[in-house]
This record gives sequence, C-alpha cells and structure tokens, in this order.
Amino acid sequence: MAAPLDEKELALRRRRRNTALAVALGIFALLFYVLTIVKLGPAIFDRPL
Amino acid sequence: MAYVDDSRDISIADGARVEDYFALLKPRVMSLVVFTAVVGLLLAPGGINPIIGAIAILCIAVGAGASGSLNMWYDAEIDAVMSRTANRPIPAGRVPRDHALTLGLVLSAFSVMLLGLATNWLAAGLLAFTIFFYAVIYTMWLKRATPQNIVIGGAAGAFPPMIGWAAVTGTVSLEGCILFLIIFLWTPPHFWALALYKQGDYGAAGIPMLPNVAGEAATKSQILIYSVVLVIVAFVPVYTGFGGIIYASIATITGLSFVGDAQSMRGAGRALFLYSLTYLAVVFLALLTDHYAAMVGWI
Repeated sequence: MAAPLDEKELALRRRRRNTALAVALGIFALLFYVLTIVKLGPAIFDRPL
Repeated sequence: MAYVDDSRDISIADGARVEDYFALLKPRVMSLVVFTAVVGLLLAPGGINPIIGAIAILCIAVGAGASGSLNMWYDAEIDAVMSRTANRPIPAGRVPRDHALTLGLVLSAFSVMLLGLATNWLAAGLLAFTIFFYAVIYTMWLKRATPQNIVIGGAAGAFPPMIGWAAVTGTVSLEGCILFLIIFLWTPPHFWALALYKQGDYGAAGIPMLPNVAGEAATKSQILIYSVVLVIVAFVPVYTGFGGIIYASIATITGLSFVGDAQSMRGAGRALFLYSLTYLAVVFLALLTDHYAAMVGWI
C-alpha cells in the first residue's frame, strides 16, 4: 500500500482531474459545433431569399 | 459496511490521477482498434468528409475505451489475482471501482450517439453492439464459462474495421465481413499464445482458458489449426479483387511466418504472441497500400 498523500498533492490531483473533465466537456461541445457546421455545408448560404 | 466501503472509495477517488482514468480505457487495445477502424474507413468506397471521418474514428476509439473500462469494473477481483493485470487502476487501489462503471457507461452513450449523428445509425448500432458484446457477452458470461471464451469473444475486437466501413457506406458489405473474419480468426492464436505463457495467472484466477482446461498440447494444435485457417482466409481479398499483388505478396510472406511460429511455438508462445501483433498490422497496412497503389495507377 502506498504512503498517504499530503493535502497539497491531493489538491493538485483534484485540480488536474477537474481540468481534464472540463477539457473533455469542451472538446465534446466543440465536436458538436464542428459537426453541425460540416453537416450544414456551404449550401446553407445557397438558398432563396 | 457500506459506510466503510464508501469512505474508502472517497479517499481513493481523492488521490486518483488523470492517467489512472485514462488507463481504464486500455489505451494499447484502443490503438489496435483505431488502426483497424481507420483501415476499414479508408478502404470503403465513396470516401467520407475528413472531419466526419476523424470524428467517426474518435467515436470508435472512445467506444473501445468505454468497453475496456466496463471490463475493468467487472473483472476487478480476477485482475487483482493475475500478475499481468494486478497493477491496473482498480486492483492497485488507485481508482474506485464504481468510477470505472460510470466512466464506461457515460463514454458508451456519448460515443454511440455522436457516431450516429456524425455518420449513420448502422455504424452507431454496430458500435453499441460491439460494446455490449465485449462487456456483457464476453466479460460477464463467456470469459468464466467456457474455454472457447476468446474464440466467440474475439468478435468484439473484429467489429471496428466493419464499423469504419459502415461509417462511410452505411452498409455491411462482403469486404467489411472479410476484414471482420481476418481479425476474428487471428484472435484465438493471439490470445492462446498469451494464455500459454501466462497459464499460472489464469489458473489462479479460475478462468477456464484453453491451456488450463485442455492442456498445452491440445492448445498448441488448436493454435496451429486456427493459424492455417487464418492464413487461408487472409487470401480471400486476393480472390475477391479486394487485395492485389502487393497484398498477396505480403500476406504470403507474413502468413508463412505466422504458421511457422505457430508450429515451433518458441518461448512458450511469447514469440507468436508478439509476432501476431505485427502480422495483423502488416496485413492491414498491405491492404491499404494496395488500395492506394491501385488508385494512383502504380499497379
């Protein structure tokens, strides 16, 4: 069993986990945005007024 | 009791690193899945928008990672017994078991949904079935029930190129089935070679792998039979026109080496286990090379 971690190390790991989760959610949102734009394509501008 | 377990989980979760959660996704298995899926996607006729193609591959990779996480959640007890898996995040006490379940379920849902929206629902359905097959049919049922576990369970690892193909074409064609079959037949010799030199591990964990149940001699002859059938099936692309001269040459050389290794079984199976990884990569790469060489008119 590994030695218990000090508060500073625990806080650092917590911050890294939170950052990773935020980045993952950001990427997911970005993927939806990019996917929408790609799916719509340039034809979105080519429509009757 | 539940209180004690919960408080232990909280203290484990507090010390968990991002890398530990990433390890739950079995990144090495994921890399093979990505590679075979990319080949399936690139070989498929018609082409795909590169951004949508990249999203499809990401979804397949995340789906594979999700099934790896579900596998580690369910297999935590037996992973703790085996030397090969004892240092995985859950048995090593670095990640609480429930987190692997949550991660697996969330990533499964996200990957299937995104693949369906990005490409088509056949590809998404195949990905969902692959995750279900690996996590439920193989991990929860076959693995502990029969020495044929990895023969049938091998289907889970064989689906990715078919999913890649379906992502482009929206269909499951003969070519997609051939790619499936090559990996399906490659799985038994690959895993039985591993099971031979890790026999003690599987025995201690109570997993009925073929070497533990039928013995070494029977396993070696099964490995040889599957290897011969694999090498023959690997030639089907040549007959269907799916693979050309480059593929035929490479499939012959690597196939003969594969059968040679399966016959000699050097290093108690370790040599075959390592070579089988190279074999699959080279054979798939040869199909891709042939495809592009024909496209640019080299052959």
